[in-house]
Amino acid sequence: MAELLQFVFSGLTVGAIYALVALGFTLIYNASDIINFAQGEFVMLGGMTTVFLSLAGVPLPLAALIAIIVTTAIGLALHRLAIAPARGASPVALIMITIGASIFLRGVAQIVFDKTFHSLPPLFSGGPIRFGGATILPQSLVVLAGSAVIVVVLWLFVDRTMLGKAVIATAANRLAARLIGVDTRRIVDFSFAVSAAVGAIAGILITPITLTSYDAGTLLALKGFAAAMLGGIGSALGAVVGGLLIGMIEALSAGYLSSSYKDAVAFVIILVVLVAMPQGLFGRVKIERV
Amino acid sequence: MSLRALLKTRLLSAIPVVAIVIFLPLCFPSAYYYRIGALVFIFGLAVVGLNLLMGFAGQVSLGHAGFLGIGAYSVAIGPVYFGAPSWLCLLAGVMLSGAIAFAVGRPILKLKGHYLAIGTLGFGLLIAIVLTNEADWTGGPDGMSVPGLMLFGWRAHGSDSWYWISGITFVGGFVLALNLMESPTGRALQAIHDSEIAALVLGIDVARKKLTVFIISAMYASVAGSFLALFNGLVTPDMAGFLRSIELVAMVVLGGMGSIFGSLVGAAVLVVLPQVLTVFHEYEQALLGLIVMVFMIFLRQGIVPSVASVLAGWRKC
Repeated sequence: MAELLQFVFSGLTVGAIYALVALGFTLIYNASDIINFAQGEFVMLGGMTTVFLSLAGVPLPLAALIAIIVTTAIGLALHRLAIAPARGASPVALIMITIGASIFLRGVAQIVFDKTFHSLPPLFSGGPIRFGGATILPQSLVVLAGSAVIVVVLWLFVDRTMLGKAVIATAANRLAARLIGVDTRRIVDFSFAVSAAVGAIAGILITPITLTSYDAGTLLALKGFAAAMLGGIGSALGAVVGGLLIGMIEALSAGYLSSSYKDAVAFVIILVVLVAMPQGLFGRVKIERV
Repeated sequence: MSLRALLKTRLLSAIPVVAIVIFLPLCFPSAYYYRIGALVFIFGLAVVGLNLLMGFAGQVSLGHAGFLGIGAYSVAIGPVYFGAPSWLCLLAGVMLSGAIAFAVGRPILKLKGHYLAIGTLGFGLLIAIVLTNEADWTGGPDGMSVPGLMLFGWRAHGSDSWYWISGITFVGGFVLALNLMESPTGRALQAIHDSEIAALVLGIDVARKKLTVFIISAMYASVAGSFLALFNGLVTPDMAGFLRSIELVAMVVLGGMGSIFGSLVGAAVLVVLPQVLTVFHEYEQALLGLIVMVFMIFLRQGIVPSVASVLAGWRKC
């Protein structure tokens, strides 16, 4: 029982990060139909920038804040400089641009930072907490709480503010949104910025537990994309549930089956779910018009 | 179009490729260039296959390197553990890839758009994970060495012989792909690309046609994988990895989706570019990413279709 609790906790921690990455995918997808494969690089940039700023002597909270701002600016620049000029290109071409951007950002990180692994001190010092026979790192709780706060803030924002309503309108029907006066280009700008910020926060939260390096983004993008698809692309609830599920499946199969086949188990389950529910768990069925 | 005219245009479009294969070595200053040439044709072969699936049928695959891996490990495991000749193992690999594509194709190809992308991605990852973990057979993450190819007592080694083997095979694959696209199946696939429902209404067995082209493209990739393994004398699970799959897709999109000749161009750009960029040392990756982005922003239909439309514009003036 204690073992199970341990696995569930580590699964939830990693899953929360997958969920944040998946939310980033969802935000951009809803505003622009683009699958942004540079999403994982936002997470890496958040972690790495904080690490290097704090190594340079900047106090940790300030370093984290600057890292979030820098990553947000990079997210905006990605849209302004690479995505917006290619407006009207096919979805696959746009995805290739984001893949190019992810290679580019990885390459730049390799030059600006370095190629080794880095960690951050946890937010709260102190030993692991004992709970029902399982040990929990305080930072795991920080990750879970932080992710929950982000999800709630995003939900409140979308549900309660005018700008949030404009985001929903853009997601529902871009042309109609433009007709009623929504500046959809700015909404897409905004979605890239928020995605980047969420990614950066995820990176800062998880670095004390999993370490980070210039190429940490690829795997996270992969898992986040898988989570978003499992939940049903475009659904924020789906992204969160998908992320947590994948984290749990990985932790449980690593614990009870085989750690080298944990990714395999996760993807077999994703394949089975998608074959049974081709729109993901919470996705809407799209009807093709001829 | 009469049959004769059709044959004529198809042969005509193959001539430049044949000419490239034959005359390119004239400007090779060293054996190293034969190696690059061979790699371009080998990747080109896989990309032609993937382009049939992506460019013509409109079905994306983010797991195609899985088939590359099956082909590669077939010519590694067969000769080492069973003493079978390499060429036979290559054929067995093609059959196995086709069979696996047949088995997984029907459920996976039901998925659409990004869901298909994640489905194929998962499938490719599964193959890479198995290849990495079944170390008793595959040598694990370090991979295994591959015995050279023997054909009728002749041993294929050296970059120049592999240049000719892969060049000739590429021309074969190229002509085959052109023929396939002009066949009823090819027409049906293009109809599916435009609208699946409309194709269905026209009486096209959509699921079956998609499965057919998936199997064919898997076989192309398998041959390319076997060639790569035999040529390098070594296989590692990276061959089947996610980044390899992305690389293949990038070659298709960069060269031009739906342009068979574009497949060769896309493969050439992404094989040659990293070689050129090594002189920039640590800036290599950043530049590679930047170039991919710039290409896709300014030549969004891919290199060959974009250049072709520019040329067509000039001709009108």
